[in-house]
Amino acid sequence: MGGITQLARLLGELDEQLITCMRCGFCQSVCPLYGETGREADVARGKLALLDGLAHELLSDPHGVQERLERCLLCGSCAANCPSGVKVLDIFLKARAILSGYLGLPPAKKLLFRQLLARPALFNKLMSLAPRFEGLLTKPVDSLLDTSCARFTSPLGQRHFKRLARVPLHRLEPPRSTPAGASGLRVAFFAGCLIDKLYPGVGRAALKALEHHGVGVEMPAQEACCGIPALSAGDTATFSKLLGHNLARLDPAKFDYMVTACATCASTIHKLWPLMCGSLAPQAQERAKALAAKTRDVSQFLVEAGLVPGQAPAPAPDAKPLTYHDPCHLKKSLGVATQPRRLMAANPAWRLQEMIESDWCCGLGGSFSLEHYDLSQQIGGHKLEHITASGAVAVATGCPACMLQISDQLSQAGRHVAVKHYLEIYAETL
Amino acid sequence: MSTAALYKEFQRLAGQENVFSDASDLLTYSYDAALLPSQPPGLAVRPTSLEALGRVIRLCNQEGLPLTVRGAGTNLSGGTIPAHEGVVVVTTALNRIVEINQEDLYAVVEPGVINARLFAAAQKQGLFYPPDPGSMAVSTLGGNVAENSGGLRGLKYGVTRDYVMGMSFFDTDGQLIKTGSRTVKCATAYNLAGLMVGSEGTLGVFAQIILKLIPPPAASRALLATFDRVQAASETVSAIIAARIVPATLEFLDNFTIRTVEDFSGAGLPTEAAALLLIEVDGHPAQVAEEAQKVQEICRAQGATQVRPAADAAEKERIWTARRAAIPALARLKPSVVLEDATVPRSKVPELVRFITDLARRYDLTIGTFGHAGDGNLHPTIVFDKRDAAQEKRVHQAVEELFDKALALGGTLSGEHGLGLSKTRFLAKEVGEATIAWSRRLKKAMDPKGILNPGKIVGS
Repeated sequence: MGGITQLARLLGELDEQLITCMRCGFCQSVCPLYGETGREADVARGKLALLDGLAHELLSDPHGVQERLERCLLCGSCAANCPSGVKVLDIFLKARAILSGYLGLPPAKKLLFRQLLARPALFNKLMSLAPRFEGLLTKPVDSLLDTSCARFTSPLGQRHFKRLARVPLHRLEPPRSTPAGASGLRVAFFAGCLIDKLYPGVGRAALKALEHHGVGVEMPAQEACCGIPALSAGDTATFSKLLGHNLARLDPAKFDYMVTACATCASTIHKLWPLMCGSLAPQAQERAKALAAKTRDVSQFLVEAGLVPGQAPAPAPDAKPLTYHDPCHLKKSLGVATQPRRLMAANPAWRLQEMIESDWCCGLGGSFSLEHYDLSQQIGGHKLEHITASGAVAVATGCPACMLQISDQLSQAGRHVAVKHYLEIYAETL
Repeated sequence: MSTAALYKEFQRLAGQENVFSDASDLLTYSYDAALLPSQPPGLAVRPTSLEALGRVIRLCNQEGLPLTVRGAGTNLSGGTIPAHEGVVVVTTALNRIVEINQEDLYAVVEPGVINARLFAAAQKQGLFYPPDPGSMAVSTLGGNVAENSGGLRGLKYGVTRDYVMGMSFFDTDGQLIKTGSRTVKCATAYNLAGLMVGSEGTLGVFAQIILKLIPPPAASRALLATFDRVQAASETVSAIIAARIVPATLEFLDNFTIRTVEDFSGAGLPTEAAALLLIEVDGHPAQVAEEAQKVQEICRAQGATQVRPAADAAEKERIWTARRAAIPALARLKPSVVLEDATVPRSKVPELVRFITDLARRYDLTIGTFGHAGDGNLHPTIVFDKRDAAQEKRVHQAVEELFDKALALGGTLSGEHGLGLSKTRFLAKEVGEATIAWSRRLKKAMDPKGILNPGKIVGS
């Protein structure tokens, strides 16, 4: 570990971006975390000031800054609403990498990322064994939501978590390379860890929709995590390893688009792969950028390609009320909000009943929820109330991570509202 | 008391989790939106009840600790920077709307309530809180009252001052002082509320504020007028007022701002225009129709090259989006932004605009001018890079010249941002030494130890 001046020099590379914050404080109005705590260190302006303070040696407490920097959902609400266009997430992720590099990664994260996540074969194997033991430690609580909670006092606290899939997607739907059908298009389908291991039904709905529209599918064997957990923790080594693993299996020349049904994977691939691939060989960097440019959310792809009928049928008289939660990584990061609604409107068995603040973060924020479960729950509480107030019997969204958080909230509150992916709603009509 | 003992005592008064002493937390209370150096406080406290707030103030006074109250920290003149260190008292947890009274048309709020929240809460009950500073989505009503904030609706509806019916505030001993009332009329005792509005936290600390609400206008219409001469735009403003029409908003954009907004948002603005006026009239539907018609006629008579009324809500929204884009668009040109608010009588707007154009040329600076032409409160906005010391020096010199010009035109140093730290040293030019000496005696009487936001308004 070098001196604080060395750290300041490392952070100096962020100076061009840090200086664009004019300290107007407008991020306060959209930050879900600041909304709960009212503490300046919790909002983007405060964190940017802290990084600026470290970079200019006004501060000499990197641990203090790191701790505050990690109190963030990375939802991107601030960046999406910033009058000066400050690239807040780019800055935060780079700063997390610099600080983790300087201070070292906590041992538990190091073990988890480097020994497990970075080894997709081992990760898959372990996770496929897990469901057999799940029942020993947990008990089911809500069959509609398929949630369970701990039987005994557990490090997971009072969470009601979605049960692991009995059979993961990669076993249900083996690797394939099918030719383009009627659409004349071929896509790579990037499943992502949560869909593979918790929500294979969502993956099957996506594949059903692609097949229905005559889209050829490329699904490589043993795809790795998109890398966001490692990036969030500032572990660029693991991220690079995962990225390299995926790049070796995905040749952009073989397909027109790469699609995902996970908002977080889509946003990570589209925005962060090109941003954070600097340590790879030039050819790999080119490939990462090419893949990023081709990456779309499934709804975005289907609508852009003109595959979804323009005129939605009128909802049936007995249509059930359905509400929709806009994942941050779809709406704020990629600007995708109308497309999932168009897909859902194609199903006359449901009638969309918008909740208020449908784009307010659900509060999960990946590892944020593990480290700050109380705050995550508090933020999620607003979502719970808005879902309930909408009167819907089901809530759809476009991100399996949001589905996890919303299921936990609904299950704990004992509200019988089903949680679905918009693709599951759409696939019912096919 | 030793520092450690003080820290413990503040924790006892305000709760352990509401006292901040880590260097990292303190750095986040060292700035606001003004372009001034950071100054961290020695301690920050975030009371969650008015009782705790009173006790914190009393302790600060006993110990002679400077006390700076901070809401959202959006101040543009450094009013919330703890220039003399001491304690920053954060009001964001004092955020209860205590009452919205539909029969007597008022609201009672704690100082940490966000302006937009009161606006929305009033609207829900069919009422209207008009003051709309640009920061309304985040800024607190306590801060709005302390700075006498204005906004776009100032011309017709007035500013924060016009809505403060009364309040309670803490003196330096933590005693609750009451002034004004929930009645329209009140001739009881000194009008201390009038004194507290715009006092920038130098005379007392707000506990509860009584704010006037009004019925909202039933209808409104917006229009956009294009001019090829700034003079013509400005004379149009005077002609509209002379015709006894008071628009709810009457906003001006100069050519540089128009071009920058157009590059930024592609809103379809005429980039060759010397100036634009964005006008909105509101009230009873019949009155709105008549006034909108008259305003169009006046614009044409004054030489507007084009007058475009908004046909529907979507078009109206587009007009105001263009105005709202002014700051973001300008802010993206360069890293640093100085948003000025020196204000002149509205008849002097053309002269001020000419002066600013010349100022930008003489100091080799980029200045976009837009703002509230109807009330003479323009916002010349200088964008630059603060890392360039020579450039920053030119910015300060240009601003100083701007102040002199505004005063020479019979105007004032600040229309709506307050003096804070950044304009204090120019105050004598506007009001003279005797006024400052009198103000200091007043402050001394209310704050004998000089703990309340020292250095602001009248210096220290």
